[in-house]
Amino acid sequence: MSAFLRVDGLVKRFDGTLAVDRVSLGLARGEMLALLGPSGSGKTTTLRLLAGFETPDAGRVLVGDEDVTGVAPVARRFGMVFQHYALFPHLDVRRNVAFGLESIGVRDAELDRRVDRALALVDLAGFGPRRIGQLSGGQQQRVALARALAPEPRVLLLDEPLSNLDPTLRERTRREIRELIQRVGITTVLVTHEQDEAFELGDRVAVMRGGRLEQVGTPDELYSAPANAFVGGFVGRSSTADATVLGVSARGARVAIGGVEWDVDAVPGRTLAVGPALMLVRPEALRIAPLDPGSLPVTVIGRRFVGPSAIYTTRTDAGAILDVVAPPQAVVTGARVGLLPSRRVGGGIHLFAPEPA
Amino acid sequence: MSATRRSPVLAAVLLLLLAWLVVYPLILVLLEGVREPAGWTLRYVQLFLERPTEWQALWGSLWISVASVLLAAAIGIPLAFLFARYDLPGGRVLAGLVALPAVLPPLVGVIAFLFLYGETGFVSLLVQRVFGLTEPPWRLQGAGAILLVHAYSMYVYFYLFVRAALQALDASLLEAAASLGAGRWRTLRSVVLPQLYPALGGAALLTFMTALASFSAPYIFGGGFRVMPTQIVATRLNGDDRLAMVETIALTILALAALWLFRGARRDNRADGGRKGVAPARLVVRRRGLRLLLAVVGWSFAVLLLLPHLTLLLVSFVPIGTWTTEPLPPAYTLRNYLTLVQDPVRARPLANSLWLAAVATCASVAIALAGALVSLRRPGRLGRAIEALLALPWAVPGTVFAIALATAFSVHEPAVGRVVLVGTIWILPLAYLVRNLPITSRATLAGVRALDPSLDEAAATLGAHRWRTLRRITVPLLRPALLAGASIAFVTAFGDFVTSIMLYTYDTRPVSLEILSSLRQADVGVAAAYGVVLMLVSAAVFAIGADRGSGG
Repeated sequence: MSAFLRVDGLVKRFDGTLAVDRVSLGLARGEMLALLGPSGSGKTTTLRLLAGFETPDAGRVLVGDEDVTGVAPVARRFGMVFQHYALFPHLDVRRNVAFGLESIGVRDAELDRRVDRALALVDLAGFGPRRIGQLSGGQQQRVALARALAPEPRVLLLDEPLSNLDPTLRERTRREIRELIQRVGITTVLVTHEQDEAFELGDRVAVMRGGRLEQVGTPDELYSAPANAFVGGFVGRSSTADATVLGVSARGARVAIGGVEWDVDAVPGRTLAVGPALMLVRPEALRIAPLDPGSLPVTVIGRRFVGPSAIYTTRTDAGAILDVVAPPQAVVTGARVGLLPSRRVGGGIHLFAPEPA
Repeated sequence: MSATRRSPVLAAVLLLLLAWLVVYPLILVLLEGVREPAGWTLRYVQLFLERPTEWQALWGSLWISVASVLLAAAIGIPLAFLFARYDLPGGRVLAGLVALPAVLPPLVGVIAFLFLYGETGFVSLLVQRVFGLTEPPWRLQGAGAILLVHAYSMYVYFYLFVRAALQALDASLLEAAASLGAGRWRTLRSVVLPQLYPALGGAALLTFMTALASFSAPYIFGGGFRVMPTQIVATRLNGDDRLAMVETIALTILALAALWLFRGARRDNRADGGRKGVAPARLVVRRRGLRLLLAVVGWSFAVLLLLPHLTLLLVSFVPIGTWTTEPLPPAYTLRNYLTLVQDPVRARPLANSLWLAAVATCASVAIALAGALVSLRRPGRLGRAIEALLALPWAVPGTVFAIALATAFSVHEPAVGRVVLVGTIWILPLAYLVRNLPITSRATLAGVRALDPSLDEAAATLGAHRWRTLRRITVPLLRPALLAGASIAFVTAFGDFVTSIMLYTYDTRPVSLEILSSLRQADVGVAAAYGVVLMLVSAAVFAIGADRGSGG
């Protein structure tokens, strides 16, 4: 699969600090990639480098066979939806949507037709004469989408598209954006710090930290085979504890934790060394068991109800905090119980080399 | 009982007081213009309409004001773009220096121009020498001179308004335009400019009203060229009081018409969400040649703007009668400053201006605070009426108010609210007070609107009474707004010339009048020394207002 949008070793420094550190990515035509990371991870800077608002210190941006690294935003033919939409407040909805079309010389009847089409696309037919100030947040967001899509850009860039919406609106809007972009079939890069958003919208998700790309993959891959403890911790619920790898086999590893020994499934592509390790555990990878010599003794210190099940927070005698999923009435807070790996295939328990302090 | 419920007595008293101070004198002027002891008459209106000089003055006022707006815009807008959009060497210092004409009270600015570009001014003499002319190269007189002074002192409005608007611009709007394929020119025209309309409208209106009311420059430089404010004063000096009233009404109509024409200009067309995002980063000029050129232009301009200040300072050290035709004064002395302190006749005007301005400022802040609180707590017609009354003096030129107060308070008829104040020490503080109401109330209203009303309620639930809440909560929170308003009001009153010249008495003669009489006695050194004191006090008060105002 050849990449339609390619980013090659992109580097950007601000006053000496590396905001983007050798980021390389490739998107197939029509693919939707989510850049996910905490604030300050360089995801927004990466997006701005793609849009051309910042100039990279090194690296290239390519669309098809064209190198657009030095091309001004004006000439890039990338559409962008800004975090706060940046709709022109003095123009009505129609003039906003027409703005980019006018730039490329679309006039008269053709202009009207394409504006109407763009508005219909985001379900805002008939909203043309409205003033921006009269629109709700969700409607403004759709106008911003229509405005970006109207000139039929080669790439669509979305900067935190849902962060300005009410939580109740977010889920619906997420679905709408997803459908819309699939319908249009445009290559899209989206920036978000919300994992749910990245997972629902992204065909693939790129996790960033400290300016670097930590891992790129489908949501499934990130969840079930995180490249490191950061990705594992950032994507989905998990807890960590120190453990020791006793032996490694083709199928997995044997680890010691809190005086008990467990067998852990191997993750393809990850090499493990015998010795101290950081263990990352998904709550569903553990189960509560009676206290016996095979189970890890813990104290239940909290319980959070999440509907059909509850998440129990437990503390090992060594002080590590481990979350575990169990039926809502399984145990009471304060109880001493044992923990065992659940019999799920595919693990959910990951071992990494200890993080340098 | 809610803490926010005020007894209607305060509101009613305030409304009456404002009506008596602001509206009543204007109505009296209107009536006096069409009334004689014998009865109603339109004789003076007819006289006004028949005399070509009146029409010339009216036309002069109008076109001078329009030209002032255009000139001020032509200087102020490019400067605002230069300093708000480009990162220049020394740009921060420059951006501050460029606002300095604001610390020159109108009359002081005018005499500084006289020392610089007048017949025996530094620049005139220099040009005469360099080119070996026998005559001064130009005469600083007539409409040209007035426009020069106006352009110098009023471009600051455009500069400050537009700069603030540019800094408040959401950077992502510019980026959105770029990503939609709009070039530099289209972005400027269809995205930036519309965002600047409120600022441009506000600055244009302010410049127009200031130019229309401007008295010092036409008074000193006008010569045969009359505008309405100087025409009114001249008519009054001739003793044609009723004709002066008609002229006053004509000027007021012109001012109100301008206000009406501009009524939509300040409407803010930003989105409901207000400003989000960050201000656009300043563009760094990388090309060395261009960078140097911009820096040179910027700094030369700043020097040009500072020349009047420096000139005043230099002239203030000139002993009387020593400087006639030399390009630079031959002798210097500190005597002029010593005189201001030691000679009781010279010291008196300074003391007068200080206490007059202080009393007027305190009173207008108190009234503005009361007005703002009442209008906030009693939204609706009463509140709106009070706000309108507080703002009204802004729309009426100073000359008009001087005439109106002189008319209203020259008769002893307590039954209809008229007492004799003209000729007493109270007429000037009253005049300053009325003229300052719009300034203090605008600042105070903005502050009061930003207050969280629940603070008041919180204080009430904690058992604080109304006065304690006001003293301990409201006033401390409003201090920045009150100080900001008070500092501008004080500076305006301290340097006032236009109302003073019509209302002062010998015992209350303010600094501006003493500057004028020193100038008439050819004692330029003392006149300049007064000017320097005015300038420094203005700058210091502005600095305090801005510093405490923002620091809280």
